[in-house]
Amino acid sequence: MAMGLLNIASSTSGAEAVEWFDLNSKVGKQFIWVFIALGIAAVALIIEGEFFIRTTVIHYVVNIVLLIAVLLMGKTVGGAKSWFGIGSVSLQPSEFAKTGTALMLSWLLSRSDGKIRNIKTLVQSALIVCIPAALIMLQPDAGTVLVFGGLIFAFYREGLSGNVLIAVFCALLLLIATILTGASSYHYPGLGVQSSIGWLWLVLIGLGALFWQLIPGLIVPRNRKRVRKATLICLTLALAFSAGVHSSLEGMLKTHQKERIYVLFGIDVGNPDADYNIRHAKAAVSSGGWTGKGFLQGPMTAYGFVPEQETDFIFCTIGEEWGFFGSSVTILLYTMLLLRILVLAERQRSDFSRIYAYAVASILFMHFLINVGMVLGLAPVIGIPLPFLSAGGSSLVSFTILIAILLRLDAERSYVLH
Amino acid sequence: MNLRERQWIIGGIFLLIAIIFIGRLIHLQLFSGDLQDYAARLTQEREVLEPARGLVYDRNGQLFLDNQAGYDILFTPRQCRLGGGMDTLALAQLIDLTPTEIQKAIRKAEAYATYRPSSIRKQMPASEYASIAGELWRFPGIQVRRQSIRTNESGLCSHLLGEYREVDRDDLQSNLGYQLGDYKGKSGLELQWENELKGEKGVKFHLVDVRNDYRQSAQKGALDSMPIPGENLILTLDMELQAYGEKIMEGKRGSIVAIEPESGEVLAMVSAPSYETNLLTGRMRGANYDSLLRNPDKPLFNRTTRATYRPGSIFKMIQGLIALDKDLISPRTRIPCNRTIIGCHGGHTNDNLEAAIVHSCNPYFHEVMRRMIQPRKTTDIFSEARNELGEWTKSIERFGFGTDLGGNFPGLRSGSVPDTTLYDKLYGKKRWAYSTIYSISIGEGELLTTPLHMANLAATIANQGEFRTPHVVQSIGLNGKPAGTDSLVQTGISRQLFEPIIEAMNAVTESKEGTAPLARVPGVKVCGKTGTVQDSKGNHSVFIAFAPVENPKIALSVYVENAGAGGDWAAPIASLLMEKYLKGSVKQANKELRVIRATYPFANAKQ
Repeated sequence: MAMGLLNIASSTSGAEAVEWFDLNSKVGKQFIWVFIALGIAAVALIIEGEFFIRTTVIHYVVNIVLLIAVLLMGKTVGGAKSWFGIGSVSLQPSEFAKTGTALMLSWLLSRSDGKIRNIKTLVQSALIVCIPAALIMLQPDAGTVLVFGGLIFAFYREGLSGNVLIAVFCALLLLIATILTGASSYHYPGLGVQSSIGWLWLVLIGLGALFWQLIPGLIVPRNRKRVRKATLICLTLALAFSAGVHSSLEGMLKTHQKERIYVLFGIDVGNPDADYNIRHAKAAVSSGGWTGKGFLQGPMTAYGFVPEQETDFIFCTIGEEWGFFGSSVTILLYTMLLLRILVLAERQRSDFSRIYAYAVASILFMHFLINVGMVLGLAPVIGIPLPFLSAGGSSLVSFTILIAILLRLDAERSYVLH
Repeated sequence: MNLRERQWIIGGIFLLIAIIFIGRLIHLQLFSGDLQDYAARLTQEREVLEPARGLVYDRNGQLFLDNQAGYDILFTPRQCRLGGGMDTLALAQLIDLTPTEIQKAIRKAEAYATYRPSSIRKQMPASEYASIAGELWRFPGIQVRRQSIRTNESGLCSHLLGEYREVDRDDLQSNLGYQLGDYKGKSGLELQWENELKGEKGVKFHLVDVRNDYRQSAQKGALDSMPIPGENLILTLDMELQAYGEKIMEGKRGSIVAIEPESGEVLAMVSAPSYETNLLTGRMRGANYDSLLRNPDKPLFNRTTRATYRPGSIFKMIQGLIALDKDLISPRTRIPCNRTIIGCHGGHTNDNLEAAIVHSCNPYFHEVMRRMIQPRKTTDIFSEARNELGEWTKSIERFGFGTDLGGNFPGLRSGSVPDTTLYDKLYGKKRWAYSTIYSISIGEGELLTTPLHMANLAATIANQGEFRTPHVVQSIGLNGKPAGTDSLVQTGISRQLFEPIIEAMNAVTESKEGTAPLARVPGVKVCGKTGTVQDSKGNHSVFIAFAPVENPKIALSVYVENAGAGGDWAAPIASLLMEKYLKGSVKQANKELRVIRATYPFANAKQ
């Protein structure tokens, strides 16, 4: 079934390519990449799974070397040094690093019996993820770094405390609140007009104080001391996080990045072009209506109103030309693929296969979440391809390899005894 | 919790996101009409296809107004920038604009839209365009759009045809569907028949790309419509006669109106001095208009319909007709020329009606009107005059005086015929009698008429008591005469009463004592009547006429301002025009030469 999805997705990718431009080179290139991807997938399927397990470290190291190399010798496209140019073909090592990291993570975690509860393992596995993520951050390519962050799902399945997920969720909420209040201003008596973020902090402290007062009524006496300590730590962390985010928004981010974030929340940035991308993307999706305008009939995407329409904004094409039916089917297909991988993961007998499957699902999910969310105006504009649909050889090949290895491991599950 | 069970939480998160996304899709794709409109606005461009404006012909199929090829020079700021900018001064020189003009045009274009073309030079004639077309490629962002230019090749009849130019603020706010940059008739026939002439715009929807270039037609052309050309206007004017009239009147102030009596069709309407319509179409309109406006000869003033003069002696014929009709006189009635009441001229002493008209005897018509206004049936002369004047006013108005003559002429003044209300206002109720107002008996006083009304009078006499409302439109397209433009109007005076008047008018041109021997046309019996209207800068020379007597084909009025007596200038001009129309060419070379050589100001005009 996953195989079938892959085929559909790949072939759609080839067909979609026709409409991006009448330039044969782009469409043709994508077709060639589809065949290369299928070829590599075939090879990967033939190779025994044990090979991947044994060569994991080599994979990983090669990937790290490539990431360092691209920083030194890569060509700069759109402000990021992410590409190797070999003749007319460009390669993006960060795409392949995902596969390498997923393999390495699985290898490490399957080796330790204590799982993630063991601090040493936790630090080791965190390092495995953070080294390539840090290298990619240097390019810089924030989108791909976020994808690495998605591996938290795999960690969670392997024993990471659920509190971490909740903490991440709370942090997201706090982040949004910080951005919203930070962008507006308020006239404080005696202090003049300042950012209204002060209110957010006051509210946080108030909530903390309130909880502190309620502790005697809610918590059994022997735990009170511990809870009090935890409350203090949480409050301090929250304030520190909010202040950190606020100051980095004000100081560290480039203007266009800041504007993208503000635009997402509907904050007027005084620059009419700031929301150009997202406005046009939303309009393109919207103009599809129920059934869409039909294959090759979408003027928004065909005539260049949507930026990056063959890569990051490919979902616009689906929305405009295939309408609500086409786009919801696409979303359902992705979701089915993700859930199918979870099912595959849970039926693995080896830890390695299972962890790897979770890593694959996490990576695909993050791509799906960020990309579609961005096109629909629910997430900030972050350049990241939609798996199997976006044009671009590196991402197509790397996703194909990612899945192919999973399928191969799955096929071998019956004789892996653990 | 068992670690294995965590798969449900992860799977649940995946599902949750899918549901959020599909919800968002429902919102965006099914309930966001504004976004869809926005997308349509971005991707569809409406191209307006201009219809060809109706042409204007004379009665013989000669073209008065034509559409000729012209070009608008368009400028797209963005394309100019992308193309590396340009030398605006060189462009200004090429398309004949001053540096300030082109700066202004470019600023305007930038303010309008950087990616859409705005015109910076409108209506460049094809001849001018041909000489610069080869150079334009050097200027990025410059395009050319074909646009027809309204052209009056002959330069004739500018007053009547009127102006055709770009709409102004009032037009845009008028709710008539005009858009910025549209053209419309602004005066004259162009305005009067605007709806018939303009046709219907077509429209074509294009899908455009992000550079606003047309890529393909939207919805396979389902929304497109072709322009419908405007209707042609066929006028009753005779272009040759019009041209001849304008030539004859060159250098003078005045007017000629010629009417075909039987049909009421106007054959010529000359207002001198004139101007060329084309002066007011191009981009020099502003300067040209100003200089025309300041010209002391008032060339923009359409004298045929806008100028009002006292009718003078010519009015005596109507007085005679009304008195005949009321049986207050007969053609044989003689009245002594008592010059103590009112001044007169010539050697006559006791004329009958015909002689009184030929001699233009003032005391005769003073007495004729007294019999109408002050018959002395009662001793209260104030009430009597007031009662009788109303009847008289009505009789005069039946000749069309004081009316808009059917309303076919844009801007026609009605002139004025005094009535009791007017005199009550001037002198107070019952404070006036015939002795107060007698000057209207000889066509002076509060009477005012336009040359068109006077030509219509000539036609009415030629028709012996009736007239078709004068009009200039013979047919709109193939639809024939516009309804109601040529209704028959009766004066209510019986035909035979006109005979002595017509005989008198014939004598004016043919008898030894006639005041207008210069009005004669060889081989044609001409009827006419001179008028001399007093003016501080010299008398206006006025003449009305029709010919031939047996079967009148042309009736006309001629006004030459500040030129002297009616017989001196207006009469020979009428003669030349009648000859031209009735015979096709003018053989009276000396008369023609004398008239053409005469120019304003006239010597000996004051008498």
